[in-house]
Parts: sequence; C-alpha cells; structure tokens
Amino acid sequence: MPTARAARSGSWPARLALLPLALTAVVAYLGSILWSLRVSFSASRTFPSDSWVGAAQYLRLFANERWLLSLQNLAVYGVLFVLACLLLGFLLALLIDRQVAGEGVLRAVFLYPYAMSFIASGAVWAWMLNPIQGVEAVGHALGWEAFRFDWIVDPDRVIYAIVIAAVWQAAGLVMALLLAGLRSVDADLWRAARIDGIPTWRIYVSIVIPQLGYSFATAAILLLTAVIKLYDAVVAMTQGGPGTASEVPAKFIMDHLYGRANIALASAASVMLLLTAIALVSPFLYARSRAAARGA
Amino acid sequence: MGRASKTTASLLVGLFAGMPIAMPAPPPNTGPAPHAEVLHWWTAGGEAAAVRSLAEAYRDAGGVWSDTAIAGAEQARAVAISRIAGGNPPTAVLFNTSRQFHDLVEQGLLDTVDDVARRNDWERLLPPAILDVVRIRGHYYAAPVNIHMPTWIWYSKAAFTRAGIAQEPRSFEELFAALDRLRAAGLVPLAHGGQPWQDNLVFRAVLANLGGRELYLQVLRDRDARAIHSDAFRRVLLTFKRLHSYVDKGSPGRNWNDATAMLVTARAGVQIMGDWVKAEFATAHQAAGRDYGCIAGFGEHAPYVIQGDAFVFPHSRDPQTVRAQQLLATVVTAPATQLAFSIRKGSIPVRADVDPSSLDLCSQMAVALLRDRSRQLPNDEVFLTPDQNGAMADVLTNYWNRDVPVEQVQQKLVAALAD
Repeated sequence: MPTARAARSGSWPARLALLPLALTAVVAYLGSILWSLRVSFSASRTFPSDSWVGAAQYLRLFANERWLLSLQNLAVYGVLFVLACLLLGFLLALLIDRQVAGEGVLRAVFLYPYAMSFIASGAVWAWMLNPIQGVEAVGHALGWEAFRFDWIVDPDRVIYAIVIAAVWQAAGLVMALLLAGLRSVDADLWRAARIDGIPTWRIYVSIVIPQLGYSFATAAILLLTAVIKLYDAVVAMTQGGPGTASEVPAKFIMDHLYGRANIALASAASVMLLLTAIALVSPFLYARSRAAARGA
Repeated sequence: MGRASKTTASLLVGLFAGMPIAMPAPPPNTGPAPHAEVLHWWTAGGEAAAVRSLAEAYRDAGGVWSDTAIAGAEQARAVAISRIAGGNPPTAVLFNTSRQFHDLVEQGLLDTVDDVARRNDWERLLPPAILDVVRIRGHYYAAPVNIHMPTWIWYSKAAFTRAGIAQEPRSFEELFAALDRLRAAGLVPLAHGGQPWQDNLVFRAVLANLGGRELYLQVLRDRDARAIHSDAFRRVLLTFKRLHSYVDKGSPGRNWNDATAMLVTARAGVQIMGDWVKAEFATAHQAAGRDYGCIAGFGEHAPYVIQGDAFVFPHSRDPQTVRAQQLLATVVTAPATQLAFSIRKGSIPVRADVDPSSLDLCSQMAVALLRDRSRQLPNDEVFLTPDQNGAMADVLTNYWNRDVPVEQVQQKLVAALAD
C-alpha cells in the first residue's frame, strides 16, 4: 500500500507522528486484551482478583445454554446479514449507476440510515414490527384479517426481524462502496464492449463484477466486524427477547460484566469473541494483502 | 476489533466518566459543613421528587448535598464500582438492599455506620429481612431508605366491572376465574411486560403465594435440589406458565409502565408488579380503592416479599467525609425523612415506628401486614449472587416464552442455582 510504504521510507518526524497511534494500539488494545485474558483465568466477580482457576470459566461458558444460543444467533444473523447487505447494496449501486437522474437524492436516501444511531432507529423498528401497533395492525385495520407479521414476538423468528432492520441500516454503506467501485471501471472498457455489441448484463457479469473484488472484500470486512459487534440493534429492538431468543454474545458479555458482576466469565466470553473475529476477518485480510502485493 | 479490548475500554471509560463534579464551597463563617456527593439512579418523575426530599432533609440538618444522578440502576452501579475501584469514590452510593454490595464489603471498600445504627436502635426497628442484608458479621454497612414490595397484584376496577367480576380474587383459582371472565369480555386479562425481570417477578409472586414461605426459602435461600424437584414446586412452575396464556400478543419487550397504562385505560384487568406502579396511577389521577385495587397476596398468611433501596458509604480516611456519611445515614433513616420519601416513591418506610396515616391505602395495608414478622420474606437477590440470580432469570424467562417440559425447567434451575 502506498501510505504504508511512505511511512516506512519516511524520516523520523513521520515516525514520531505515528508514535501516539502506536502507543494507543499497544497499551490500550494489546494491553486490554492481555488483561482480559488474565481475568478470564481467574475467579473474579465484581473486581479483578489474582486467583487462578485454569479453564474453569471457559468450561462454564460452553456449558451455558444462553451463550451457545448467542453463538447460534450470531451465526444465523451473520450469514443472512452479510449476504443480504452485499446483494441489496450491489443492486442499489447498479440502480444508481444506470439511472443517473436523481442520483444525489437517492444516494442520500440510501446512506441516511447508516448515519443514524441504532438506539433511535431500533426503537422505531420495534414499534413497526410489533404486531399490535405496527405493520400487522395496519394490515388488520385495512381489512386484511389473515395478515400476519409477528416475527419480533416469535422466539423462532425474532432473529430474522433483527436482520431486516440491520440490513436496512447497512445496505446503503455497501452501495456507496460498490458505486465507487463501479465508477472506477475504465470507461474505455465500456466503449470497447459496446462496439463489440456485448449485451449490458454480460458486461457486468464478465467485466465489471470481477473488477469489484477489492470493493466487495472491503465491504465484507466492514460487515463482518459489524456482525461481531452486534449489540445496539438487539438492545433497542428486543433486549434479547422474547425470553432469551435473540441474545447475542456481546450482550452476554455486557450483562455479565456489570449487572451479573462476573467479570471473569465476561472476559472468557470476550476472548472467545475476539478469536471468532480474528478467524472471520483474517482470510479477507490475507486475500487483500495478497492482492495488494500482486498489484504493487 | 476484539470485544475483549472493547469491554476493557468501556471499564476505563467508566472510570473517567466518574470524575468529580464541581463541588460547591462550604458556607463561610460556619465552619466546614459536611458535604456529601450522593450517587443514585432516581431520575424518573416520582423518584426525582423522592430524592429531592432526601436532599432537603440533609440540607436542613446542616449538610451540603451534591447530586450525581445516573439513569439506569445497572449503569449507576457500574459507574460507582469503577469510581470506588479507581480511588475516587462518591460519599454515598445507592444500592438495592441485596447482595449487590457484598463484594465491596469483602474487599474492605466500605465504611460502617455502626454508631448511627446503635444510637437509633436499628436492631429493634428494622425488619429482619433488611437487617440481615445491611448487617454483616455484626457491622452495619448500609443505611436502608425504604421497602418495596415487588409482587403486588393490581387490578383495574373499571375492567372488573365491565367483565362482571364482583369480588376481589382471594386465591389463584379465583384469579384464574377472573382472568377468564376478563377475556370473555374482550379485554386483555393480564397486562404483562415480557422482559426477563418482569417474567421473574411474576414467578416470585406465584412462588410466594402458592408455594408458601417454606418452599420459597428452600428454593431461593437453600437452593435445595430436592425442593426444586418436589411436586409442590412443580405446581408453582405450571401455575406460572398457565398465567402466560392470559397475556396479549404485544407483551414481549413491553415496559412495565406501558403495561400499567393498560390498567389505567381499562384495556386490561390485572398486572403483577411492584408498588412503584402507584406513581403511574397517580400521574393519571387515579386513586387506590377508587380506580384500582391492590392485593398483597392470597390468604391470611400470604408472605410479604421485601425489596428495597439502601445507601452504602465508600471507605474514606478524610474525617470530613466520614462526618458527612454519618450525617447522611442519620438523616435518611429519620422517621420524618422516611415518610416524606416513601409518599413520593410509592414505597413504605423501613422503620416500624412511623405513623402510616398519611400514606395511601395500599401502603397502609402493607405497613399493617409487615407488623406480622412471620409474613416477611426477603427478595431473591438477598440470597442469590447477581450471577446466580441472572442464570435463574434466563431459565424462567425461557420457560415463560417457549414450550419447555417442566421437568427440564426443574433440572435447569438446579444447575443455574448451583455454585
């Protein structure tokens, strides 16, 4: 990457300027990770303690039904959320790319959700999805008695309701990234393909999409980190309910860190989540660095 | 971004969020007045009015009250613990009268108020359920402010009239009959907010009233696996689950005060909730006995579950701070303060020697009930660690919301309550 190279060959003022960032990374991030790791092997409750209980917290964690359910929810949510965001974001980008009229307005409309806090928009989604005051109630009021849309109160479907709201929020970002990618395709390629009489869909499939690999990978990394962090949407929409049906790992950690005063178990869960994040994101980062190395 | 670093970072943020706020200078010429920074979570309408009465009483006693209100009980306690651990504690911190602050005691981070307790004869005046929590190994570590009863059964008189229910239910059978009639009248029988703590509160109401005192203590205090596997406890679980069939479709996730609003507007008949709902009725200009009824429990000997709030005093070497803490403990437990506070909060005083005639009908009933010590039962969080309590809550809310065989629930409860 050009910026990295500049930093490497740069003189000492550049390095000095980067020092605060490096210190933050080492002390705040690495230090906190090591601290959490240490606490996860202790019997700490409200306060960190020096005790050592080996892997006991991890054993307890993986015997905990709510933790396992949280992981399962995260997997279902992650797959659906990432695929739906990529697909919808790509379609929106295509739409805007083809229909240049009103592009500014449309782009703002699609990007707007991303600028909003989920604590606010999640509450609105919770109202809309609530069967007695939201979409279902409107359907009934219009005379469609058999209409049912009660996913948010259905323990078996509630996670899909959260996917809908989260996709609404993040698809615009994917659109913006992919639109930039679409626009960077060389205009000469388009002209050449037109002259050869190749149909538009074929140009997209065979020429444009393969060139968007980098944009897709960037979007995927951003989406995957959003998956791991999933917390505010759940808190705002369902608080993990009905029952424990929409619990997610980040909420498990927060609940045990504060309300349940068990920072050892919370730390063990954090470490597991960190490992999951590394496992999910590293293939993409690896692929990207390979691509960058080839490009250089 | 690892969650691990995030959570640690939020702990650190908690530390810095608790930096001291500007402290008003003591009044000149009168010597340093005791200054107390009090951290609490009483921010809602009635709560804020109640805490103002404490502040006024403290000022009248010659102290300076500086208010640090943080919305959300859990959030407030998290900030308090971060500040105490970081060596910058407030003068006093609000906790529920429960094991929530026992870890702080174990770490030697709290000061005692033994002198105040001895001078005011807390041993005689406080109900045993409160005394057992604030007194640890003979030392008093908290000044109790009030008593809440979490498991009242409230009903809308208008809804009962519309459903043709003439008499207040006096047993679970009569309650179910009333719920059936409410449903037949096209009303929501049970107004319930489907959040885990509210599901658990309904469970405790059934355990106390149907299971009775002995079973309640065997399950929650002794965590006795035999009691949890007993037929009597199984009946408690089945009755709890039966109540679920009377809630409406919009129940999951609903806030407790939205459920109370359904009683206020007579769209629903019954709600099982703590006495803080009285603030909602009062805001809607409804009065106990006229617009709504309150049932403390079924039968002559129904247990009265005791929950409450208490101030604890983080350890300090500064004699001025200690003086401020002693004064605060004295003031918040004084009879006049207790009464003024509870009238606004919807609770009842912790002291047995307060004249209840200025309280509302339900509170007067509660004070009378409390005289019978055999009816007093501590809330579950007095016996269980927050962690055990949370694990139990997970099992029960899952049972309430899904079809789980009752035997499985019994097994899971045994596991949840094990160490």
